Amino acid sequence: MVTLTKDRMMILKDQDVVPFRNRVKEYAVRIGMGLVNQTKLITAASELVRNMLRYAQQGEVFIEVVTQGRENGVRLTFVDKGPGIPDIELAMKDGYSTHRSMGLGLPGTKRLVNEFEIRSKVGEGTVITILKWKNG
Amino acid sequence: MEKIPILRMGPFLLVTIQIDLYDRLALNLEADLVQMVNKTGARGVLIDISAVSIVDSFMGRIIGNIASMSKILDAETVVVGMQPAVAITLIELGLPLKGVHTALNVEKGMELLKSKIGPEEESDDDGDAD
Repeated sequence: MVTLTKDRMMILKDQDVVPFRNRVKEYAVRIGMGLVNQTKLITAASELVRNMLRYAQQGEVFIEVVTQGRENGVRLTFVDKGPGIPDIELAMKDGYSTHRSMGLGLPGTKRLVNEFEIRSKVGEGTVITILKWKNG
Repeated sequence: MEKIPILRMGPFLLVTIQIDLYDRLALNLEADLVQMVNKTGARGVLIDISAVSIVDSFMGRIIGNIASMSKILDAETVVVGMQPAVAITLIELGLPLKGVHTALNVEKGMELLKSKIGPEEESDDDGDAD
């Protein structure tokens, strides 16, 4: 997999979510991603950026356009220095939440994208990478 | 600070969301709407989301909350104009918006609201306004 472009954005407050979503959309449009896949990607990005703000108060996101063979995609990496996730398996279960939300965040997000990877260390932070192929 | 306007139309409240929502804005809308239902005695709330390009689990929850809160205050909520891509995404995300009435467009939404509150309510209005 080759990275064609790389961009990064700091997420410090609630209002940063809207320009971030717009930036992700720009890249998705640039590679010619269809509307349904765009919507899935942006929704997934929105879920993760909200988690980041909620649990880690802030963080940064890397936005990459990647290519593999003849297929292009958008890869997003969410990096925070928050409390980390003690039990990733549990966090990935539908309906589980430590907050009063519905607990759809992580498992729901995974369903919306083609690749989903989560790495976390308690006390150090969390790195989540998602990838959506143009025709994925 | 930005604010989403709530219009009163007879016994109904009409909200058209024209901008991308962030969390605070959505929470304010929820609070404003429920207060408006209480203040005006509205019997129905119509939320037009045709200009909204994404609905994630948080916004979905807000929409669900508005519907349940309005219901307790004796008002029905109808969400209209959802984009097809948004509908597909919501279902895959696992958010079927249970308990929220939906209609294809504003006109159909209005018909639905009128049928929900029953014919005897339509004529009277503002008789006991505060």
